Amino acid sequence: MKKKRNPLAGIYSALIFLFLYAPIVVLIVFSFNSSKSRGHWGGFSLRWYETLFENSKLMDALQTTLSVALTSSAIAVIIGTAAALGMYFSRKRTRTLLMNVTSLPMLNADIVTGISLLLLFTFIGLKLGYTSLLLAHITFNIPYIILSVMPKLNQLDKNTFEAALDLGATPLQAFFKVMLPEISPGIITGFILAFTMSIDDFVISFFTTGADVSTLSVEIYSMSRRGIKPEINALSTLMFLAVLILLIIVNVRSGRDAQKREQERI
Amino acid sequence: MSENLIRLENVHKDYGGKQVLKSINLSVRDKEFVTLLGPSGCGKTTTLRIIGGFETPTSGVVYFDDQKYNDVPPHKRQVNTVFQRYALFPHLDVFENVAFGLRIRKTPESEVRDSVSKMLRLVNLSGYEKRSVTSLSGGEQQRIAIARALVNRPRVLLLDEPLGALDLKLRKEMQTELKHIQTQLGITFIYVTHDQEEALTMSDTVVVMNRGRIQQIGTPIGIYNEPINAFVADFIGESNIVDGVMNEDLVCTFAGRTFECTDSGFEKDELVDVVIRPEDLKMVPPEDGMLQGVVESIVFKGVHYEMTVRCGDMTWLVHSTLPEVCGTFVGLKVAPFDIHIMRKSEAEDEEN
Repeated sequence: MKKKRNPLAGIYSALIFLFLYAPIVVLIVFSFNSSKSRGHWGGFSLRWYETLFENSKLMDALQTTLSVALTSSAIAVIIGTAAALGMYFSRKRTRTLLMNVTSLPMLNADIVTGISLLLLFTFIGLKLGYTSLLLAHITFNIPYIILSVMPKLNQLDKNTFEAALDLGATPLQAFFKVMLPEISPGIITGFILAFTMSIDDFVISFFTTGADVSTLSVEIYSMSRRGIKPEINALSTLMFLAVLILLIIVNVRSGRDAQKREQERI
Repeated sequence: MSENLIRLENVHKDYGGKQVLKSINLSVRDKEFVTLLGPSGCGKTTTLRIIGGFETPTSGVVYFDDQKYNDVPPHKRQVNTVFQRYALFPHLDVFENVAFGLRIRKTPESEVRDSVSKMLRLVNLSGYEKRSVTSLSGGEQQRIAIARALVNRPRVLLLDEPLGALDLKLRKEMQTELKHIQTQLGITFIYVTHDQEEALTMSDTVVVMNRGRIQQIGTPIGIYNEPINAFVADFIGESNIVDGVMNEDLVCTFAGRTFECTDSGFEKDELVDVVIRPEDLKMVPPEDGMLQGVVESIVFKGVHYEMTVRCGDMTWLVHSTLPEVCGTFVGLKVAPFDIHIMRKSEAEDEEN
């Protein structure tokens, strides 16, 4: 007999999804509105997407965002992977301590991180701009890399590195021929995650960037203070889609990984 | 040029103030099968890791072919290791796992293919080349680990409890196979295990270790028949160990009776440990026995029965192929050469 579902359960889920996604759906719909009004539907149009791509300020911001996201994620990958390896090879007590120190900044409120970075940069006399923005993003991206690489390392047999040395590999060869291939899925996942976080960030960027450099989120914020223009809807729609796609990739990757481990256990 | 391939001279190892190895002196001849045997934490794996180059001794010297080897890094040693959990490389298939060492050495492709397939044949895994190592069973992974080490033609193969994770039947098969491989290739094997039966089955020389010290070095037969102290006697096989007194050469007293024995060279009335193997105690009618007692328990062990016989306040472990009913009054008999007299263990005194 087919289990009868409680209709209330369905309604409840529907309400939750409505609550979660209604704002975004409205945003997406209105990005295709031909009228400038935010109140009524004037027919389908791509005109705001056109004006968006003609808006040089927004295009500059897009370029900054992508460049900061790519560079900061790449640098964080190098620092984060090295840190994870260091933790892996250290004693258990040191490792637990370092792991906690690592996750703290992720739990810390963005506004606190933003303000403290701003203070630090001002204190050391670093002019706010692209460099400070990049440094800030590297800072908050490193934990995501460590958290993605660490589980991969823990899956390895504890003698893997030694086995490579034993077979004649120099420590450097052992790293590039054995350790790196083994942990690279974690590194790639970490990179995508860090990239997403970087695109997503507003609060920390807002505090650490200078007057002449803006990321998309900062630019949108300053534009919206002069009233929300419809091309912001279009831009937000595109950003939402980009982040959505990246998150799907991350989830598919970790899902596949879990499945593979499941199979190995059988 | 001595005949010793590896020599450890007065090797000590400390971990954070704790001594895990104390003055280890050990020589390994070429083509010898040496087993380091002892309970967990006795320092056997640390000794192996020092020979492999993964640990440096706190003091003492490691010689390889009469060359000081202390500061030679692992990748430059003519030694390969089979690790406890195999440590295969999951991102490489079987062929590439075995070929790893050859590729590092930039061996020509045709030679790589020849050597790898020869090794896979040696460990009975031909045809597995393209398989993923994670899809293999424990026993198969074990063989790959052995092939991966042996393909580099090491002078010495180190094995760290390689059969620990396998079931009993497979373990027995692999023991025979390992011994076969060792004699066929003529490579020195240094084997670490806590399984005394494994040690006795495969080794030319057994090194019994406890608490960071070597207790005894000898052939399996020598170690079994002439254990040097109560620890070795107890660890290798089962033993009855009782307190006794050495009255004079060839005469000792234990269990309230004087016995003839074959040991000498003790001080007069020295307190000693008396060791008798359970299979050396013969059950006889009470009137023929040197000791008399009541059978307290009996357990079937397959080849033999294991019985305990209570004589006064002492309990003796007896192995016999003939069962005896619980509660029966029996006599026990032991031949003079089956009574092993040992000095009280020095290690224990020192520990207290």
